[in-house]
Amino acid sequence: MCTYQTDHLTLSGSGKGAAGWFPLSAATVYFDHPVHAQAEHTLNVDFINPGLGPGARVAVELDPASARALAQAILTALDMASLPSTP
Amino acid sequence: MTYDMKAETISITGHGGDPVEAYLAQPLGAGPYGGVVVIHHMPGYDEGTKEITRRFAAKGYIALMPNLYWREAPGAAPDDAAAAARAQGGVPDERLVGDVQGAADHIQSRPGANGKVGTIGYCSGGRQSFLAACSLPLDAAVACYPGMVVKPPPPAFALNVGPIIHLAKDLRCPLLGLFGEEDQNPSPQDVAVMDKELAQHGKNYEFHSYPGAGHAFFSVDRTAYRPEAAVDGWHRVEAFFGRYLAS
Repeated sequence: MCTYQTDHLTLSGSGKGAAGWFPLSAATVYFDHPVHAQAEHTLNVDFINPGLGPGARVAVELDPASARALAQAILTALDMASLPSTP
Repeated sequence: MTYDMKAETISITGHGGDPVEAYLAQPLGAGPYGGVVVIHHMPGYDEGTKEITRRFAAKGYIALMPNLYWREAPGAAPDDAAAAARAQGGVPDERLVGDVQGAADHIQSRPGANGKVGTIGYCSGGRQSFLAACSLPLDAAVACYPGMVVKPPPPAFALNVGPIIHLAKDLRCPLLGLFGEEDQNPSPQDVAVMDKELAQHGKNYEFHSYPGAGHAFFSVDRTAYRPEAAVDGWHRVEAFFGRYLAS
């Protein structure tokens, strides 16, 4: 199927694309056909900066299990970072 | 018969008089030739769809594929352009119709054109081929696994597309629909709704659904490729256009 489902979020940070590092301003998240991954559907994230043009993009296409693992790892890392440091 | 051809990137006049990039493939002979507007899938104006465009020229048609994402991303790589268009909600229907009209007009202006023009589209382009066939004076249209004709998009997502099944009454030309039975958008239930709606309005159409095939079964470089469905589908497309577009 072609899901068309696309979620948008604004964010700040930096990404490294084909032309090097650039500031990120947004991301789109969608579960749909990949361009490169050999799967019928993948969880795709485009980290973008529309103000710098369509080429200002860092793209990933992940199988669903990998995407969930990544999401959990991100949350875990953030939770760990918020804990008091121990000697 | 396989026709020798020339393929090139050109600029055509699209919706609102905008210049739009397009990929043209045309047989080398004097004609007369029918015309096919190729409507690319959601991943964009890519190598796979250019290959499809050349295939129609090899079969004796003037084939033209407008870059529907040209306005959002002129000169960008197809995947970057598709991502930019998606981030902006996709192609508005009114603009799509204008771009297909521009492509059809350009085909009619080519030396060797026989005056007949059809459309073919895949995935989102299948929906857009149906939309064009309900909006423009075309001679034939093919819709390959057209999603979002019957079902609305999820409410949480800001998209420029919505259901267009209500346009079935306006279909102006013969329609060929090709579907995979394992597809969920359009699902077999969606196909049944389209079938019923077109029959109710007495339209000239034929539908074929392939068992063991899902969405994008024509895409040779994807895991969705199903050779049996694709080969049969190509035969049906060629016979259909041969009937309604060839001289």
